Amino acid sequence: MTHEALNQWTYVIAAYAVGLAGTAALVLQSWWAMRRAEARRDAVKGKGPVRNGES
Amino acid sequence: MHGFANPARFLRMARWLTPLLLALGLVLAGTALAWGVFVAPADVLQGETVRIVYLHVPTAWLGMGGWTAIAVASLSELVWRHPLAGIAARAVAVPGAAFTALCLVTGSVWGRPAWGTWWVWDGRLTSMLVLLFLYLAYTALADAARRDGEGASRVPAIFGLVGAVNIPIIHYSVLWWNSLHQPPSIALGQSAMAPEFLVPLLVSTVGFSLLFGALVLMRMRAILAEQQAEARLRRKAMA
Repeated sequence: MTHEALNQWTYVIAAYAVGLAGTAALVLQSWWAMRRAEARRDAVKGKGPVRNGES
Repeated sequence: MHGFANPARFLRMARWLTPLLLALGLVLAGTALAWGVFVAPADVLQGETVRIVYLHVPTAWLGMGGWTAIAVASLSELVWRHPLAGIAARAVAVPGAAFTALCLVTGSVWGRPAWGTWWVWDGRLTSMLVLLFLYLAYTALADAARRDGEGASRVPAIFGLVGAVNIPIIHYSVLWWNSLHQPPSIALGQSAMAPEFLVPLLVSTVGFSLLFGALVLMRMRAILAEQQAEARLRRKAMA
């Protein structure tokens, strides 16, 4: 019984690890892409510094 | 509805709505998942593995809901030429694909102890896999259309509409064909789940939906900012 319970928790932990890591990566990537794109737009408009590699 | 198709008005609204949806989504989803893991009881038949439902069902709902949103936005783009409709559809594609992939992975991890196998080629699992491929194809088409100019954006919009035929197939697959996957436990106004499972599941679904909304807004803002920067650079080059 104990062995079975441990096995079940292994699957639960694996599913949550994949789900949370995937969601966190998606949120961070989307946030970073938004901030980067808006900073570039502001720089092009002359509202902020133009970074290297951006005209 | 038509009022929100104005990019400037949309950006004013998105600036305060994005962090609000993100914070609410993170708090609700985090609370529901902790509730599901540490507070909700184990199931009599499935034991502890039932806790995967609090993650698996929201990702499945958002995978299907994401394509429904793409279809509605595509229809708006084709019929009413809303300037934001194509941007909204493009912004939904990556989060939709990601949640569909998470649904498939968490379902597979759940299937191993519940069914004794990681994967079966039945109607539900196969149609969800087809949905993931549709998302990937849509993303590739939308990127190609963006490079080719605005006229080509009709192609991904038509693809978004046609691909919606897969959504009812996914929903009814467990009723139409024999499947290891259980039939729907929740329908409008009724549920086969006990409240101690149902309540954290609903809270988790609402939380992940808010998070999905924040992701779409962030990606729409990124696409709009890129377009505005490119337009400004083109004007500078022509001056």
